[in-house]
Amino acid sequence: MFELIGIPPQALFGQLLLGLINGAFYALLSLGLALIFGLLNIINFSHGAQYMMGAFVAWLLLRYAELPYWGALILAPLVVGALGVVIERLMLRRLYELDHLYGLLLTFGLALVIEGGFRHIYGISGQPYAIPPSLQGGTNLGFMFLPTYRAWVVVASLALCLGTWAVIEKTRLGAYLRAATENPTLVRAFGINVPVMITLTYGGGVALAGLAGVMAAPIYSVNPVMGSNLIIIVFAVVVIGGMGSILGSVITGYGLGLVEGLTKVFWPEASSTVIFVIMAVVLLIKPAGLFGRA
Amino acid sequence: MNGRIIAAAALAIGILAPFTGIYTVFLMKALCFALFACAFNLLLGFAGLLSFGHAAFFGLAAYVTAHGVKEWGLTPELGILAGTAVAAVLGLGFGGLAIRRQGIYFAMITLALSQMVYFFCLQAPFTHGEDGIQAVPRGYLFGFIDLMQPMNMYYTVLAIFVFGFAVIHRAVHSPFGQVLKAIRDNEQRAISLGYRTERYKLAAFVLSAALAGMAGSTKALVFQLASLTDAHWHASGEVVLMTLLGGMGTIAGPAVGAFLVVAIQNYLAESGAWVTIIQGVIFIIVVLSFRRGILGEVVGFVAKRKATPAAKPLEPRPASAITGE
Repeated sequence: MFELIGIPPQALFGQLLLGLINGAFYALLSLGLALIFGLLNIINFSHGAQYMMGAFVAWLLLRYAELPYWGALILAPLVVGALGVVIERLMLRRLYELDHLYGLLLTFGLALVIEGGFRHIYGISGQPYAIPPSLQGGTNLGFMFLPTYRAWVVVASLALCLGTWAVIEKTRLGAYLRAATENPTLVRAFGINVPVMITLTYGGGVALAGLAGVMAAPIYSVNPVMGSNLIIIVFAVVVIGGMGSILGSVITGYGLGLVEGLTKVFWPEASSTVIFVIMAVVLLIKPAGLFGRA
Repeated sequence: MNGRIIAAAALAIGILAPFTGIYTVFLMKALCFALFACAFNLLLGFAGLLSFGHAAFFGLAAYVTAHGVKEWGLTPELGILAGTAVAAVLGLGFGGLAIRRQGIYFAMITLALSQMVYFFCLQAPFTHGEDGIQAVPRGYLFGFIDLMQPMNMYYTVLAIFVFGFAVIHRAVHSPFGQVLKAIRDNEQRAISLGYRTERYKLAAFVLSAALAGMAGSTKALVFQLASLTDAHWHASGEVVLMTLLGGMGTIAGPAVGAFLVVAIQNYLAESGAWVTIIQGVIFIIVVLSFRRGILGEVVGFVAKRKATPAAKPLEPRPASAITGE
């Protein structure tokens, strides 16, 4: 086999695949954050906790209801999304007239409650979640071994991102959503129920996080802190990409995942900080973010 | 002057507190966090900038002091100075980056940058990873005050807190502080009046970071330990909570909040997860129902009843001034 700058191809492509997978989660989560921010003007700090909840709900469903992966893939996001709807109705709704920072603080508090609750019940050690039988195994591509489940995650998340983009950019519902982002009062004057739309957007964004959590469950172990570590990186991704465009956040998410994977190959010590360094550089060169509107 | 009486009373309580039988380590911990929260509030309460990464300054300064005192044999005062200086330099770097964006982006940027410091502290050899720097000697202050004596350590911590608090009080009531408040309330207007707002924001950030570092350095001496806990984002969240709970518009509110949060931690030390849950619940309650915080509500109540400037030295700043409610 050939070697690339002294790195065996298995290691290189293995890390690239891992980077692509991480990137898939960055993209899915930053997409949800951007959606919520667009309409609610709130940065959803509990996004990571809701991602973790998705994974936990899937695990609980498997353990206590023997509902397999495919069922959890539909049911868990619905549960997380429904909880999001309740949160929006009971709490976030009261903050729209205030400074954006209060939304951040409230959702930070929510994240602490959710994370603390799961930690109290299940401890901090992870719970294993088996890969569904239909997605076990893998194929040898010659230059690397591709596990089927990982391929599925990459394809599914790409499809989800593109689907979300299509709904927002190409459908009537998406047009309402974009209009309400620009000028909610005017959209209400046309007889569209904007408050319901806001509730559903928050529920939808959060459900997307829950869905990402279910997909992550078989890859990373299901544990209460899986979300909080991820969400900080996703914030950096959002700062780098800017929240102006859906496709922008998707591209930034995947791109940064790949960069992180490459760093793991060539300079492992820096892999945990490389995204933050990129963020600092982007802030110096283009403060509004790569795809941001100034 | 009513405020002077309150300040004198608070100082008297501080001086007499160790004789009431309250555990001095608790008091010292609370004072360190009180200074941390007051420093943080200089940014949030008076410049309107929410930093979600102040643990970086607190935690890194603790490591620098612990390392300096233990490995290089620095005296305690030099150790604290070194920690404060490093925090100030770090603040200059972070502040310079973060003030390029506003509002929620500012919060996300500071959080991400502080996570970078956390990973640095996790990986750098001198911090000893998960173990932290343990058995840090307290040494002799100015060469002759033995800090191993609990009373000497306590009054040193009290003196540092009073010094830090005085610096913040002075800064807030100076022309510099007036400009900061103007920026908080209406940055565009401040710019149009000819102020170079980014310089004021950066100066406030550096001052806040330096004082947060001083608090972290002091804590390292008190506990003879510098650990990852102080650099973790949880600590950044806690200082936000202290400030919010105590009253972010007031100058002394964060100190009140710090005492409450540290007390909660102490009583629930057995069950770590419960502390997190309760802190989260407090966040939610404060944001939903009393955004002015405890001291802010008290000051508002007193001012409303008497309609006199009784609480003037506390500078009541209703949340509405910050949020444009």
